[in-house]
Amino acid sequence: MAFGTTSSSHKSKHLAQSAAFFIFRLLSFSVVAILLVILGFILVQGISVISWEFLTEMPREGMTEGGIFPALVGTLCLVAGSMLFAFPIGILSGIYIHEYAKDSWFKRFVKLMTNNLAGVPSIVFGLFGMTLFVNQFGFGDSILAGSLTLGLLALPVVIRTTEESLKAIDDSFRIGSLALGATKWQTVSRVVLPMAFPNIITGLILSIGRVSGETAPILFTVAAYFLPKLPTSIFDQVMALPYHLYVISTSGTNIEASRAMAYGTAFVLILIVLLANLLANWLRRYFGKKVKMN
Amino acid sequence: MNSVETKDVHLYYGDFHALKGITMAMKKNQVTAFIGPSGCGKSTYLRCFNRMNDLIDGVKIEGDILIDGVDIYKTNIQVDDLRKHVGMVFQKPNPFPKSIFENVAYGLRVNGTKDKAFIEERVERSLKQAALWDEVKDKLKKSAFELSGGQQQRLCIARALAIEPSVLLMDEPTSALDPLSTAKTEELIHQLKENYTIVIVTHNMQQAGRVSDYTAFFYLGELVEYAKTKTLFTNPKDQRTQNYITGRFG
Repeated sequence: MAFGTTSSSHKSKHLAQSAAFFIFRLLSFSVVAILLVILGFILVQGISVISWEFLTEMPREGMTEGGIFPALVGTLCLVAGSMLFAFPIGILSGIYIHEYAKDSWFKRFVKLMTNNLAGVPSIVFGLFGMTLFVNQFGFGDSILAGSLTLGLLALPVVIRTTEESLKAIDDSFRIGSLALGATKWQTVSRVVLPMAFPNIITGLILSIGRVSGETAPILFTVAAYFLPKLPTSIFDQVMALPYHLYVISTSGTNIEASRAMAYGTAFVLILIVLLANLLANWLRRYFGKKVKMN
Repeated sequence: MNSVETKDVHLYYGDFHALKGITMAMKKNQVTAFIGPSGCGKSTYLRCFNRMNDLIDGVKIEGDILIDGVDIYKTNIQVDDLRKHVGMVFQKPNPFPKSIFENVAYGLRVNGTKDKAFIEERVERSLKQAALWDEVKDKLKKSAFELSGGQQQRLCIARALAIEPSVLLMDEPTSALDPLSTAKTEELIHQLKENYTIVIVTHNMQQAGRVSDYTAFFYLGELVEYAKTKTLFTNPKDQRTQNYITGRFG
């Protein structure tokens, strides 16, 4: 066969490639399509109630009218509280496990437990939180108990994120720093952490997305069925978006009448998660650039 | 006078006997080259001098290693003090993701220097010593990642020089560089030996011939032969050295 002419085996080879890539492309588009359909469906169903008032008013008329303000505030309180608890503990544990702990049975045990913790069903966290925080510690149904429970749920995610971000930093940077007489802590705090920071931040924000949508852990620890006022202390109960959604979809006073409200709530919830992801993306890029210049 | 002196050094990675009783001394303000095939232990031996092997789990070291007369494994010295005294340049340039200035200042800062004027003066001097000053003096605030590979390696040399070590270890410092950068780095090594004792590991025998005063040939964890570079390359005593430098193995 002369160079420049096309053989049949050549053709079939390229046909196979085209077919394979066509299928890959189709499947990845279908993932995007599924997300868009879900979002579109919820938006179309809920658009009629979405308004500034919806976001800033108390629910009225047995939760068939008014807004979701207390649930929105409640969710923000819970997210903030859980992060206050999970971030420091999780990040410091992640740093310890990856940078300090020697490869021993203890380190492997901690890692195994972290991974198992990530696999525990969220309802189990809910029951645990109720037993320990609500009853044993006597916090009652409160922002404090709910935040701690959600924080426990986020903990393995935060630890893993931190670990993975640190793992991505090439050892040559650590060795280069140590070889200049830096201590391990100086190496971690001045070289490794600034480099890992963009990825850690991203992971943290993604965990916020996860926490804000959880229902089971807050079910027995904080969430109120209907509470048309804002919390004044961390020992108050609050409404929360996911639980509010559950309530008005399944056990409201008039489920049919609150249908649009439910879709509106779902839309706001998804929007929060989506915004968190976008913010994560943006922060990663922003800090990614900054770290290099620093 | 000897800068580095070792007596019967054995090193084990778990069960693997990587260094088998190395006894040798490296003279002050001279360049000593370690040559030998991959896995012969030359880099491992080099990393004993600033205790970099401490970072690897399961390493056991026996014997005496003296730097400027101090036994660095037996005396109660802080390892970060030792590393201030024994600088190191690595195979792959590894500047920090910081500015050119901050890369060189890093060693001073972690060792507690706060005086701004002093740091500025030392950074400038180190960059000059590393023959990089003219190329970077107008962009000290720029990221070190914007430099070429050869410039990055000279930056790493400047970084090591800034804390004024007495010994400078170089682990195949030009293996990732192009010929021009390699030539520049070798030229630099020549100038640096006035003030520093240099120990360089190299895969490149021509390089050992060009830059070093003394050469040690390692094979399978043993020091086979150690002599003046000229002598070793023109009149090797051991058959294995002869085979290696004539390119019959390795």
